[in-house]
Amino acid sequence: MSRRALVHVYGWLLLTPAAILLVAFTHYPTVTTVVQSLFSTGSATRPSRFVGLDNYRFMLDDEVFWKVLWNNLWYALGTIPASIALAILMAVWVNRAIPARGLVRMAYFTPTVLPMIAVANIWLFFYTPDIGLIDQVLGAFGIPAHNWLGDPATVLGCIIVMTVWKEAGFFMIFYLAALQTLPPELEEAARVEGAGRWYFFRRVTFPLLMPTTLFVLINAVMNSFKLVDHLFILTKGGPDNASSLLLYYIYEVAFSFFDEAYAATLTVVLLGALAAIALAQFLLLERRIHYR
Amino acid sequence: MSSAVTPGGPLRHLETGAAWLLGLLWMSPLLYAFWAAFHPAEYVTRFELLAPLTLDNFATAWARAPFARYYLNTFALVTGILAGQLVLCTLAAFAFARVQFAGREIAFALVLMQLMIVPEVLIVENYTTMSRLGLVDTITGIGLPYMASAFGVFLLRQTFKTVPRELEDAARIEGCSMMQILWKVYVPLARPTYIAYGLVSISYHWNNFLWPLVITNSVETRPLTVGLAIFGAPESGVDWSIVTAGTLIAVAPLLVAFLLFQRQFVQSFMHAGIK
Repeated sequence: MSRRALVHVYGWLLLTPAAILLVAFTHYPTVTTVVQSLFSTGSATRPSRFVGLDNYRFMLDDEVFWKVLWNNLWYALGTIPASIALAILMAVWVNRAIPARGLVRMAYFTPTVLPMIAVANIWLFFYTPDIGLIDQVLGAFGIPAHNWLGDPATVLGCIIVMTVWKEAGFFMIFYLAALQTLPPELEEAARVEGAGRWYFFRRVTFPLLMPTTLFVLINAVMNSFKLVDHLFILTKGGPDNASSLLLYYIYEVAFSFFDEAYAATLTVVLLGALAAIALAQFLLLERRIHYR
Repeated sequence: MSSAVTPGGPLRHLETGAAWLLGLLWMSPLLYAFWAAFHPAEYVTRFELLAPLTLDNFATAWARAPFARYYLNTFALVTGILAGQLVLCTLAAFAFARVQFAGREIAFALVLMQLMIVPEVLIVENYTTMSRLGLVDTITGIGLPYMASAFGVFLLRQTFKTVPRELEDAARIEGCSMMQILWKVYVPLARPTYIAYGLVSISYHWNNFLWPLVITNSVETRPLTVGLAIFGAPESGVDWSIVTAGTLIAVAPLLVAFLLFQRQFVQSFMHAGIK
């Protein structure tokens, strides 16, 4: 074999171990998910058969599907802008020379290293009616107890607050890194011009942080679809699916109702959403953004 | 004196105070967990300075669930995944960075697909695959989908690309084979990336839940997070202070490591995110 051909073989040999696993657990299941969504769920008496788009028709009529999709949207809208705003605030604060800066930064970042299950265990007690911490504190001010996680009106809000707490510190570090790369001359110039602080942030710092914001935004949107661990502890998606999210619903359909075909159909929707986000990332981030 | 970025006078103190307050607020759920875990049950919502300290909650939690076994499982899982990732990602990243083979670009694009389609999303089909392979309820079964990590390949490829070609050429003149070049030139120079990736991977898999929940069903394989979820579930009827103690038992190693190597952790997450 020629030396050139040998290089090709060599490259593929290096890639093979990783490629086998990637194909087995990413590409192959992606394809079988789509295929499975076109078949019915088989049972001992009735084997799986081709049903075309029946599963999708069923999905469009499934109220729970629309419910979890809306929940996902509200969950994203509730967590993302708040965590990003807090992350920027935190980063600006710990970027300055304040006393005990290391400690403050650590306090902001610590929730990031905790597993969602542990976080949910702790927050569950805050939200517990009557004996929980929130009701105890509010009770001291004469505010009546409330079943925070049992009320469809408040449950998603509770989960959003907890998620913001978990994620803001993680996003902070990216802003911190970005702030540290901003040239100090900008501040000098702004001072000479007599620019106010808020004006400086709005017209200089924030636009320069735009690439970071986009990066964080894409990650946050992806997370809002992938992160459902806390639901297992806090609500199990209830009450009446008021806090359920798409991936949690997929889990329920597959492993509680054992309807694989329908779970695959829902997974196709999730894959579509993730693909759309990735495409947005490609169009927005890879081409870089220009500011004037 | 006031400036555009740093305020002066009273405003400066006000802001420092606000930053501290937010820090305190952010720590309070965890501080509260410590309070509940180290005090008898009747002090769960009674905050008295002289409340007696106790380790009973930890002893009870430890006795109520096989935490030692969960620790062992998580430890085996996390090290197994990391070892697999380091080997597989190094080889693949080296191929992508420095070997000109046919189909390289398209293969790389296919690898990057996993950044978007993480294994958690495909729990249904991956479960079917695992049962065909006979790997349901094994630690290998939990770890296998994560070992070929697109993220790891991407990070290492970026790092390998920054290694000067001259070093590689020099090693080749010395008579090193490709594998020796990878091992003696590229791997040592990528050390910071390995550390950053390692810390991120360990934190991720120590905390990972959904896929391990789906694929395990016995004490012998369950990692800490899944064990903790069963232990802490409201229907298990365990006391609040004991659940908190169990929670702290599960997060302790990672939390202690984080507190000790705080800077390293923060920088690793930063490094891994920005590349």
